[in-house]
Amino acid sequence: MSANTHYLSWGRAHRFEHKPHKLAWRDSIELSNLSEPMLVQGLGRSYGDCCLNGSGTLLLSKELDHMIAFNPDTGILDCEAGVSLDSVLKLIVPHAYFLPVSPGTKYVSVGGAIANDVHGKNHHVAGTFGKHVLGLKLLRSNGELLTCSADENQDLFAASIGGMGLTGLIVSAKIKLKKALPVIDQEIIKFNSLSELQEIENASQSRYEYTVSWIDTLASGKQFGRGLYFRGNHCEHIKKSPQDYLHSNPKLQVFFDAPSFVLSEFSIKLFNSVLFHKQRQEKKLETVPYDPFFYPLDAVKSWNRLYGKQGLYQYQFVVPCDSLDFMGDILKFLQKSHQASFLTVLKKFGSITSPGLMSFPKEGWTLALDFPNRGTATLKVLSDLDRMVSDLKGRLYSAKDGHMPASMYQSSYPKLEDFSKLVDPKFSSNFWRRVNASK
Amino acid sequence: MQANRMVIIGATSAIATELGRIYATKRWEIYLLARSPEKLKILEDDLKARGAVATHSRCFDFAHRGNYQGIVDWASQGGCIDLLLIAHGVLGDQKASEESNELALQDFEVNFLSYMCLLNSFSKNMESKKKGTIAVISSVAGDRGRQSNYFYGTAKGAITIFCEGLRNRLFKSNVHVLTVKPGFVKTPMTAHIKQGPLFVEPHKIAEDISRAVERKKNQVYTPWFWWIIMTIIKMIPEPILKRLKL
Ligand SMILES: Cc1cc2nc3c(=O)[nH]c(=O)nc-3n(C[C@H](O)[C@H](O)[C@H](O)COP(=O)(O)OP(=O)(O)OC[C@H]3O[C@@H](n4cnc5c(N)ncnc54)[C@H](O)[C@@H]3O)c2cc1C
Ligand SMILES: NC(=O)c1ccc[n+]([C@@H]2O[C@H](COP(=O)([O-])OP(=O)(O)OC[C@H]3O[C@@H](n4cnc5c(N)ncnc54)[C@H](OP(=O)(O)O)[C@@H]3O)[C@@H](O)[C@H]2O)c1
Repeated sequence: MSANTHYLSWGRAHRFEHKPHKLAWRDSIELSNLSEPMLVQGLGRSYGDCCLNGSGTLLLSKELDHMIAFNPDTGILDCEAGVSLDSVLKLIVPHAYFLPVSPGTKYVSVGGAIANDVHGKNHHVAGTFGKHVLGLKLLRSNGELLTCSADENQDLFAASIGGMGLTGLIVSAKIKLKKALPVIDQEIIKFNSLSELQEIENASQSRYEYTVSWIDTLASGKQFGRGLYFRGNHCEHIKKSPQDYLHSNPKLQVFFDAPSFVLSEFSIKLFNSVLFHKQRQEKKLETVPYDPFFYPLDAVKSWNRLYGKQGLYQYQFVVPCDSLDFMGDILKFLQKSHQASFLTVLKKFGSITSPGLMSFPKEGWTLALDFPNRGTATLKVLSDLDRMVSDLKGRLYSAKDGHMPASMYQSSYPKLEDFSKLVDPKFSSNFWRRVNASK
Repeated sequence: MQANRMVIIGATSAIATELGRIYATKRWEIYLLARSPEKLKILEDDLKARGAVATHSRCFDFAHRGNYQGIVDWASQGGCIDLLLIAHGVLGDQKASEESNELALQDFEVNFLSYMCLLNSFSKNMESKKKGTIAVISSVAGDRGRQSNYFYGTAKGAITIFCEGLRNRLFKSNVHVLTVKPGFVKTPMTAHIKQGPLFVEPHKIAEDISRAVERKKNQVYTPWFWWIIMTIIKMIPEPILKRLKL
């Protein structure tokens, strides 16, 4: 019997053999005697192949999960990079602190959040996760342990934020948390067209810390462009103590790969319709704990298996547009292609720039789509979308991507050359090899 | 008010770490004993950040016999022990032990003899204070001997029996003894083994232990389904068992 060597990413469409190597105690990590190329995998919540390194060494950070210090007076947390945001929340929520930026799942590691410089529903007011990182410890393959921050090793600091794990192993990081109560005053507003959405968006940006919308990609005719707009702010007062709102572990789990009809065009249409009509009022006001507001998908463990054995492709792009005009074409294209997207999320990024060289977000609209993997048909849709996104001067998100051609990557990330010089010579990933293919 | 006190022997074990975290969140004072000072430092920081009111640590290598009473004196200074966990252990190489008595004795020292001495010394202290819980990590492997790991299984079986006796003795002194029998756990100890669907995360085991401590259980199989598996395995008659490839 030997240990597991098969690793996959959240989309489950990419899976490779690896040489796994567990990391656990930060003082005694030795990279020099491991075979190259190497890469860290955090909690594997990236959909594509940026957390995979087929045939190479995969450094597993899950057990690199010790807290180092937490000061409830200053709200500064120092922790190892394998600590999950789930554990961070369990520690900080009782002290009335919250994550400064949070992705749509709490099962990501601090290292993964930094390496993809993740964004949340508050990008327009808080920027990316990397903006709140005060410093980090980076271990390079030559054994050097570097402290990186805005004042020290600035170039590697900037390269590691959004650096897709290529600058070395982030051992630990210091993060500035945000003082906030764990309950959200949430509003859900129905919109029936893209122009309605644009209006709500314009009216919400300055008044709400969190904004995001879900869009029904399959609705046509009069319902074309309909969806739900979610916005909210942290409550100022709560009835119980913050501790009482702490989330619990998921109780539901998908244990097997679902057959493909589970997420067919028909079932998605039905689901979308139910989601849209479930809410009767045009506008619903509610006070909800943070868990269902930020992490609705976390309620079901391994939900990605609903997409079956073939897995799924996520596709997230940003286009530097203020208006939503481009969305009409995208929606029409999706409907024509009969590739239904199940969880379609639209969000307006703000102008706050990230310290990271390769960070994905920029001012404009971002759309996240997911497609059950149907082989070449799906890949064809993705490359058609690539063309539309490139025409709009947009770009794709490394955390979600599993197909982007090298040329598209190279032309859409202007700091690629500076970044490449800072990549650790012994680190690489399937993503990195792909986007450098024709170089 | 004085904080509750927990003592963890084999503190760097993955299961023990997770249990320590549960009690750190409850703001207990935690005494940690393990063989590596570097790891202990990392653990102390972790538990303090998570809420432990104070932590103390000490090094000891159970491969060598030593001053067990010294450990008890250290861990009980100025107060009494509310919860003691003993968790260290080595899985050992069955085949190598078959070849070498020396190796078999070495592992038995760590896996059982140290437990016996520690329990002997700690129980006197806790008996005199008339309170506290002693949680000891045995294993499902100690329920029945199997050709693939009976050296390890023997030590665990011995722990189970020792704890039974100790529980019986300490009952009248209000000291509770909990025998923990984990199944397969994803920890460094099993990292080299291909991990099937029955393997669970160490925090799951820790949650079960803390619940069993609260409920004053005598024995806990964790996860719970091992109770069913082991009940069946214990029922297999020896003439059949000896023919199986286990
Ligand atoms: C349901 C769901 C919702 C999501 N919502 C959002 C969202 O709203 N916004 C958003 O931005 N993202 C979102 N994501 C994507 C997710 O946040 C990112 O993919 C994140 O990077 C995953 O973190 P991880 O710990 O799983 O890292 P992995 O996926 O394991 O790795 C991601 C990258 O980080 C690197 N890495 C990890 N740890 C280290 C380390 N210690 N040192 C150096 N490099 C390291 C890896 O090499 C890899 O390149 C979502 C994902 C899911 C599944
Ligand atoms: N994992 C399983 O599937 C499983 C199943 C049933 C029972 N158990 C039992 O659970 C307990 C905890 O193990 P684990 O699974 O958490 O594995 P683990 O993380 O590998 O822990 C083993 C611990 O034992 C310590 N240790 C080993 N030899 C020692 C020595 N000579 N002196 C002092 N300490 C020593 C190790 O210290 P270092 O950190 O310094 O190496 C480590 O802390 C063990 O008793 C084990 O037998 C485990």
